[in-house]
Amino acid sequence: MKGVRYYPGFLPLTILCLVVLYAPLAVVAVYSFNGSASITEWGGFSLRWYTDVFTGPEAVRFGQAAWNSLTIALIAATTATVIATAAALAMLRAGPFRGRQASFALINLPLMVPEIVIAVATLIFFSTIGLTTGYLTILLAHITFCIPFAYLPIAARLEGVEGTYEQAARDLYATRAQAFRLILLPLLMPGVISGWLLAFIISLDDFIITNFVKGAGMETLPTAIFGSVKQGIKPNIMAISTLMLLVSVLFVTAAYLINRKGRQAPATPGKTT
Amino acid sequence: MSIAVDIRDAVKSYGPVTALHGVSLAIADNEFFTLLGPSGCGKTTLLRLIAGFETITSGEIRLFGQDIARLEPNHRPVNTVFQNYALFPHLTVLENVAFGLKMQGVDAATRHARAGKMLEMVHLSQFADRMPAQLSGGQQQRVALARALAPAPKVLLLDEPLSALDLKLRQAMRVELKQLQEDTGITFVFVTHDQEEALTMSDRIAVMSNGRVQQTGTARDIYEAPVNRFVADFIGETNLLQVDVDSVSEGRATLTLPGGHRITCPSASTTTGKHHLSIRPERLTISPEADLTATVDRVVYLGTDLQVIAHLEGGQPITLRLQNAARTTPPDPGQRIGLHLEEGAARLLAD
Ligand SMILES: Nc1ncnc2c1ncn2[C@@H]1O[C@H](COP(=O)(O)OP(=O)(O)OP(=O)(O)O)[C@@H](O)[C@H]1O
Ligand SMILES: [Mg+2]
Repeated sequence: MKGVRYYPGFLPLTILCLVVLYAPLAVVAVYSFNGSASITEWGGFSLRWYTDVFTGPEAVRFGQAAWNSLTIALIAATTATVIATAAALAMLRAGPFRGRQASFALINLPLMVPEIVIAVATLIFFSTIGLTTGYLTILLAHITFCIPFAYLPIAARLEGVEGTYEQAARDLYATRAQAFRLILLPLLMPGVISGWLLAFIISLDDFIITNFVKGAGMETLPTAIFGSVKQGIKPNIMAISTLMLLVSVLFVTAAYLINRKGRQAPATPGKTT
Repeated sequence: MSIAVDIRDAVKSYGPVTALHGVSLAIADNEFFTLLGPSGCGKTTLLRLIAGFETITSGEIRLFGQDIARLEPNHRPVNTVFQNYALFPHLTVLENVAFGLKMQGVDAATRHARAGKMLEMVHLSQFADRMPAQLSGGQQQRVALARALAPAPKVLLLDEPLSALDLKLRQAMRVELKQLQEDTGITFVFVTHDQEEALTMSDRIAVMSNGRVQQTGTARDIYEAPVNRFVADFIGETNLLQVDVDSVSEGRATLTLPGGHRITCPSASTTTGKHHLSIRPERLTISPEADLTATVDRVVYLGTDLQVIAHLEGGQPITLRLQNAARTTPPDPGQRIGLHLEEGAARLLAD
């Protein structure tokens, strides 16, 4: 059979897709080093907009927003990972139980529901229970929507770890807790780490839900950038965007590498029953 | 001699599937005991009940008199060698072997010394610092054995531990396992579907099928005195002939062979009428004092033996084995031969 590469028009189509996807990112990254204040005319290479981000008039606002984003992402990713690990254990190790299918759907539903719907629903929920919007509401919302993203790599990993390892540990006098901590958790670690990284990135990037539940005066980096852009795009926004892009790429690459390494590690010898 | 594992009327159901239908076994201390049976007969299930990975649906399991049926696996002084070894991939060989002792609270120096000794016993001392993935299948198998023996369990459970090894290694390991059992004095409960493995290593064997124990006994017992058709057929090769039983008394039956000859032989059945007679192929000889008359179809050369495939008048197939000695002249296809039943060659079976 001929490879897909030989279909007529394959190459131009591929190039078109790549250009549409990446050209805007490239433009932003390149113009963040622009010497002039214009966002269209090239005024020579300069780091002035990066300096501006850290020392300019908006530095304090962006600094506070970045701090909020970072702490929310750290706490939300960590909490979501713990919950997702527990969920994966319940789904894959507790044996069949009533409502297993329904639970699976519930865990993964947030991936399918349009974000705007979740945003509106979450806001209504918070105001119904009388929670003032602010840092805490952002954090709660982030924990919630991070769970399915953390769950997927953890569950995938857990499916690949045979139950006999835990049984062997229990057989060798380990308590349930010891079997989990000393045997299952280390074997699960690549999935846990990539789940955490994914959740961290998703939280760091989120705009729509955050914008709904953040309340007045509270900003994360994406909402702060959006706020600035409304008053016209300045090159310092491009510098911030490029920095965020860099952080995202680093994290996603780390997640990929960890996952790949983990997949090679536990070779299961012998045949399985 | 005391009883190590005493199982009474063990029933195990998985929802609608019943894997064990009332199994009773008494395994003696210091015994090499084998559970033998075809795939799906419930061997692993029985082993997992003893180890504590499954809970018994009804019945009793006692270990040296103590009721262990409700104990968690970590409270049972029993260790398992898993079919796929289940070595912890993130721990070194030494750490794997020392794991059980660590969980028992043995201090690091003592447990590493003991783990080192165990590795010596299975000839793997030089591999102590390797990861399991860096070992061959045979080496992993020995590590699994050392790991299970290190905490000095009262009973060692082995689930087809040799099935992933090649033939030569498997044969060598049989001898080694048996030696290990004798040296340590630990009761071994060994699971296999390979009858040769079972016959060569075991003190006693329980033959299982369909979730039931069909017969328990020494290798000689089950080979020479099978109680039913399943055991006779499963252990070794046998001819099963349909015969008419005229009378049975005190464990012996008088019956009419195909061709009309009447004989008396040991019987596991107590009823007259149509039954199966088991005749081991190596206990048949070609002789003029014939009990049976057959026509030769084929002669198969097997190296140490010659297998003669023939049929009786009336069409029932019959096979015999002749030793491939210098003086043996095999019959030719088409030739009519008289077959003589040696003493003890035939045994009437219950169905
Ligand atoms: N967890 C389970 N759920 C449902 N049925 C099961 C389960 N485990 C085993 N069984 C059934 O119980 C029966 C006995 O299984 P078991 O694993 O004990 O067989 P075995 O004798 O060890 O076979 P093998 O030689 O193939 O390993 C089989 O029919 C199997 O399908
Ligand atoms: Mg099995």
